[in-house]
Amino acid sequence: MTWTPDKPIISIKDVRKSFGAVEVLKGVSLDVMKGEVICIIGPSGSGKSTLIRCINALNDIQSGSITVEGQEVHDPKLDKLELRKKVGMVFQQYNLFPHKTALQNVMMAPVKVLRQPKAEVEARARALLRKVRLEGKENSYPGELSGGQQQRVAIARSLAMNPDVMLFDEVTAALDPETVKEVLVTIRDLAAEGMTCVLVTHEMGFAREIADHVYFTDRGVIVEHAPPREFFEHPKDPRTRAFLSQVL
Amino acid sequence: MTELLHPRPADPAMPAIKGHLPVLLPVRPPRPVTAAELFTPGTALLLLVLLAWFSVGPVVAQAAGETRTPVALLLLKWTPVLAEGFAFNILISILSMLAGTVLGVGLGVLQVSPNRLLARLAWVVTQFFRNSPWLVLLFYCILLIPFELEILGTTVPFPGWIKAVIGLSLPVMAYMSEFMRGAIQSIPSGQWESAASLGFTRRQTMIEVILPQTVTRVLPSWMNLYAVLTMATPIVSIVGVNEVMALTRAALSSESRTDLLIPMYLYILGWFFLYCYPISRLTRRLERKYAVKL
Ligand SMILES: Nc1ncnc2c1ncn2[C@@H]1O[C@H](COP(=O)(O)OP(=O)(O)OP(=O)(O)O)[C@@H](O)[C@H]1O
Ligand SMILES: [Mg+2]
Repeated sequence: MTWTPDKPIISIKDVRKSFGAVEVLKGVSLDVMKGEVICIIGPSGSGKSTLIRCINALNDIQSGSITVEGQEVHDPKLDKLELRKKVGMVFQQYNLFPHKTALQNVMMAPVKVLRQPKAEVEARARALLRKVRLEGKENSYPGELSGGQQQRVAIARSLAMNPDVMLFDEVTAALDPETVKEVLVTIRDLAAEGMTCVLVTHEMGFAREIADHVYFTDRGVIVEHAPPREFFEHPKDPRTRAFLSQVL
Repeated sequence: MTELLHPRPADPAMPAIKGHLPVLLPVRPPRPVTAAELFTPGTALLLLVLLAWFSVGPVVAQAAGETRTPVALLLLKWTPVLAEGFAFNILISILSMLAGTVLGVGLGVLQVSPNRLLARLAWVVTQFFRNSPWLVLLFYCILLIPFELEILGTTVPFPGWIKAVIGLSLPVMAYMSEFMRGAIQSIPSGQWESAASLGFTRRQTMIEVILPQTVTRVLPSWMNLYAVLTMATPIVSIVGVNEVMALTRAALSSESRTDLLIPMYLYILGWFFLYCYPISRLTRRLERKYAVKL
């Protein structure tokens, strides 16, 4: 069962996930094709973060199946490193390593985890920092960078592993309005290059502009999904309408 | 603030602090009285005045009377011997600090091990040694460790001072283990998650990401512990080590001068003070520095 690019790169089928007695995902299914950008929106606590954390096995699931490039993520025999080389993730709180400079943050995983030669990794890391427009900040520590800059370092750090898929969990939610844009521009560039992206976001304008497909979650289920135009202009479900009228 | 230090991954109530890493927020666990608090400029002054009074006062008083060697001269006479003993105290404190630190870091890491049994075991060991009187631990080391040991055909002697180092390193290990456990647990879970998402194993995350961040958190407590340990070293005289207090007693009995008793002990107290006070000051400085920076 080898994966070919005509099949979904991420395939989620009827996933259920509980924390203790609380069921957070109640049968979620969605497919992402290679090069696609999907946005997941929905009210707080609806399970968006939980869902994308399941994709790279940061959370386990109770039932259902998630495959990335045809490989079952929740297979106990799964080689986690193989999965995490394929799937990059960026978090709301950046989670940079505060004791390392921007450059070291980007270099660390390829050097320590993939054991790639340092000189080669450094060249790539510098190029990545340039790409996220952080030239000149290589030797700054996270504490010396603004939120937007830290988040772009975090994106570069994920990209350094050459992932096939990028997961973004509300990556602009902790940022000042002025710096939100610089991060969104970085993600847009990535999407334009054909990176497969799964974004959880509250930036409706951005979702509308960038997404190939928008999913709306509420209380652990996908209530509605559609291409952005249709989704934002003709939402069908009353819950979607209520949510959109609140946030737009 | 506690929410930010231990962020639950999805707490909608968790405030989003803009432009700040939760990692960079202050972590200051409450601590009992520190050596730094005992050693203030006030106590320093008191000590100096007392020392001056007792060593110079008797000289003045006896100027007219019979000719006895002044106390100050006696102190001077015994200084080389006492200094040698004091050096021994310092040596023992450094060695047991080193050994205790290495063991304690390991034990602390085991305390947070995902292996429940191992974690529990490390916790029991930590609690046992942390709650035993140091003197009792030292006694056990004397009783349980043989004075020499056959290792691979060669006889390795275990002199008293090595037993003393081992005995003192046990409580240091236990305290260090607790400091490490606290520091490791104070690191936001986001650090573990982002490392995991980059393919780090648990062990790699611990070594590359978590432990380096515990250094600044543990440093003030570690230095404070060192000052306390140094002040506790006189108890090793019970193992027959010629440390400064044992030598002081010897000196006093050979001089048999009651008026020497208080000045000489004060003199030694002064040495400990001079050694420990700068450490305590530095500890306070570091505490403040990291509290502001973190
Ligand atoms: N580790 C956990 N333990 C227990 N409950 C959890 C845990 N993580 C999430 N939850 C619960 O699961 C539910 C869904 O959380 P999730 O983070 O997926 O929501 P979300 O849609 O991302 O919300 P937000 O927009 O606020 O980020 C919430 O009720 C949350 O309290
Ligand atoms: Mg979330």
